[in-house]
Amino acid sequence: MDRHEVSVLIGGRAGDGVSSAGQVIAQILGHSGYQVHMYFDYPSLIKGGHNFAIIRGAERPVGAVRDTVDFLLALNQETIELHKEKLGGKGIIICNGDTAAYPGAVSVPLGSILKSVQAPAVMGNSAIIGSFLKVAGIDWRIAEEVFRKAVPKETGKNLSIARQAYDAAEEHIQLKEITGRRFPVLTGNEAIGIGLLEGGITVYFAYPMSPTSNLLHFFAGNTDEFHIRAIQPESEIAGVLMALGCSYAGVRSAIGTSGGGFCLMTEALGLAGIAELPLVIVLGQRAGPSTGLATYTAQSDLLFALNAGHGDFPRFIVAPGDTTEARSWSRIATEVAWKYQLPSIILSDKIICEGFYSTDPDFSINWHPAPLMADPRVHPYQRYQETGSGISPLRFPPSNDDWIKVNSHVHGPDGITAEEPEVTKAMADKRNKKFAGLKEEIEGLNPVEVTGNTHSDGALLTWGSNKGACDEVGLLLDLRVIRPVVLWPFPQRSFGNAMKGVRRFYSVETNETGQLARLASQFGYRAKGLVLKYDGRPFSIEELKARVMEAIS
Amino acid sequence: MKGSELISHAKNTWCPGCGNFVVQHTLKEVISERLSEGYPVENFVLVSGIGQHAKIFDFMNINGFYSLHGRTIPVATGIKLANPDLTVLCIAGDGDCYAEGIEHLIFAAKRNVGITVMVNNNRVYGLTTGQFTPTSPYGYRGRSTPKGEQENPLNPLDLMLASGATFIGRGYTGRREQLKSLLHRALVHKGFSFIDNLQVCATYNDLTGYYDERVYDWDSGSLSDYQAAGEKAREWDYNADTKIGLGIMYRREAPVYEEYYPPPVELPETGRARVIHEFLDSRM
Repeated sequence: MDRHEVSVLIGGRAGDGVSSAGQVIAQILGHSGYQVHMYFDYPSLIKGGHNFAIIRGAERPVGAVRDTVDFLLALNQETIELHKEKLGGKGIIICNGDTAAYPGAVSVPLGSILKSVQAPAVMGNSAIIGSFLKVAGIDWRIAEEVFRKAVPKETGKNLSIARQAYDAAEEHIQLKEITGRRFPVLTGNEAIGIGLLEGGITVYFAYPMSPTSNLLHFFAGNTDEFHIRAIQPESEIAGVLMALGCSYAGVRSAIGTSGGGFCLMTEALGLAGIAELPLVIVLGQRAGPSTGLATYTAQSDLLFALNAGHGDFPRFIVAPGDTTEARSWSRIATEVAWKYQLPSIILSDKIICEGFYSTDPDFSINWHPAPLMADPRVHPYQRYQETGSGISPLRFPPSNDDWIKVNSHVHGPDGITAEEPEVTKAMADKRNKKFAGLKEEIEGLNPVEVTGNTHSDGALLTWGSNKGACDEVGLLLDLRVIRPVVLWPFPQRSFGNAMKGVRRFYSVETNETGQLARLASQFGYRAKGLVLKYDGRPFSIEELKARVMEAIS
Repeated sequence: MKGSELISHAKNTWCPGCGNFVVQHTLKEVISERLSEGYPVENFVLVSGIGQHAKIFDFMNINGFYSLHGRTIPVATGIKLANPDLTVLCIAGDGDCYAEGIEHLIFAAKRNVGITVMVNNNRVYGLTTGQFTPTSPYGYRGRSTPKGEQENPLNPLDLMLASGATFIGRGYTGRREQLKSLLHRALVHKGFSFIDNLQVCATYNDLTGYYDERVYDWDSGSLSDYQAAGEKAREWDYNADTKIGLGIMYRREAPVYEEYYPPPVELPETGRARVIHEFLDSRM
């Protein structure tokens, strides 16, 4: 086992608290100096069924898991049967001794430990974690610190359970403690939430839908601390229109959903386009079409996000690759919506939304535009006043001696419906001017990331959550990795620079048709091949490496 | 501001004799009344759907949001959440509000959000030339139902009562003074207020004579009596030839949605940075 990297799988039945336990393990590894990523896999049901989380820690940033794990933490026998093949040569199984057994496994007497402190079964996780700490040679001090932060309920009882299991186990290896910087461990939903807060939102609307429901819960659970309202409307249609009502009245809001809910929002997307209302949508993709795989991942909504809504209108689409980017770009997406008065879509997916990542708290994009506000002394106010930039000054009701009209019809500068050809064309040109300004401005925000061997003439093109796997595989195979973070307006100049010297590239995407490759081809960049995965699961490092080698050969 | 200044420069395109003229005149008068009571005109926001009713957005010099078909109410709810001091009036149509957007109507009543919804119920689609709407009478012959519609009409008052509305009234464009008083009281009601406004469509469904023969005023006593309100609501089912009551049907006080979600006290930028820092620290 490479002591500088570690992978832990914890599994059990749905309802066993596997996700929370995984988070605690992620934070323990984070505390030991590792940068971590956790993938959480669960079927769409509430109790029963099999859940598992894989937590990977390394000395460098990680955003993907491996096929092999070093520790298999089994809350039941099923976990062992399903995942024992993943165990590396020196891998160790730690299991609930009451319900599972395996030759050579470390058996934890869960029942008797829980009974000794009269704890409910769900606290059995703490015993498994305590045993893991000892087996992996992790200092008890770290357990205390993490439990105090990550397990706010019954911290003492959980610690005492973990301690009993810790004392009963034997150290098998000594996991290297890495000295160096420690990073906060966040889910993508939390990182997006923080970015939206930093973008100034004070209301969040969402109809529950995986994988963004936890963003709603994150805000709802912190309304007082964050000074935010979390509102669950009757439908995505209602929610997005409430958001537009807020925009009209000058209040920043956001709305979150997945593909199915986004379908329902499309009529409002066009309304935001023509009425020039700021709108921020968090679109956490999952496998479609239709209900698809409700709790699994895909990147199959890129072309939909690009084209949703009838008619032509400008929009902004950004696809962060991890939590660090998600936080910063969610703020930028909000700023873009308010500066340019258009819909802004944060395109994420299940891997980022529900996955945990070590997050660099200092990463930021230095762009803090102020929306263009109307001079209150100028009357009459015209909501769609023509300016050189196409951006009309904003004013919000109540506004003394003036009225503010926004309109879903073609309208004149005063917002009143117009049908004349000149006005129709002028308003379309005005919206296009905004788009041209935005297109130019985003080129300055480093909208395309280049990693791997940046001098290679062979490249992987990818987007979103594939960042983690592609960054690693690019280095392993000596390939350049080109990843547009901003997908629309397509950052043509930055993309051209990133592509300089590339003779062939392969598009790595978790969809069936290579949607980014199709987008890039519009701008004259044709992929030599596609490396696609569409089974609802993310690429592992090993799988991606093999698939890319196969594509290249 | 004089009443005439509330009328915009936009060319009016309603048919001669359209009930919408009455609606516009009534709204102008009510805003003027509110002005004389010291309520500033800039605090009004009109949200309209799509249909003949919605053109009032263009014809009035007041704040407005010309929304989508069936989608006045969620926009109005967002505006009210953003700024509870505004008076937000939805003027909607019966096709607009009772067909495509009916879920929003039910939920606005359920939440008791402090907006007013007036549905100009002419019981026909005008702008799309004469198809039946959810409140057209059984057997209505329109261009989409040449042999007669085979659905019974919806009773919006009964629906609103069941949904928890705290102010329910019915007006008629042929009774202007009453409509004015109804709209005025709906606008000052705390919580959700709903008016089904029987409006004549001069071109496709002119029921002036029919209504004039049947309308009468509801008694104004015991407005919070739920049972009595139910009887009033079901007296006319929008189909049978019976008397048609007008006025306030039901009114009660109840907690208001937007007060449960007040705009948060604005955190200074440093305050937000601090709480975010604390959160990140808890995840180290």
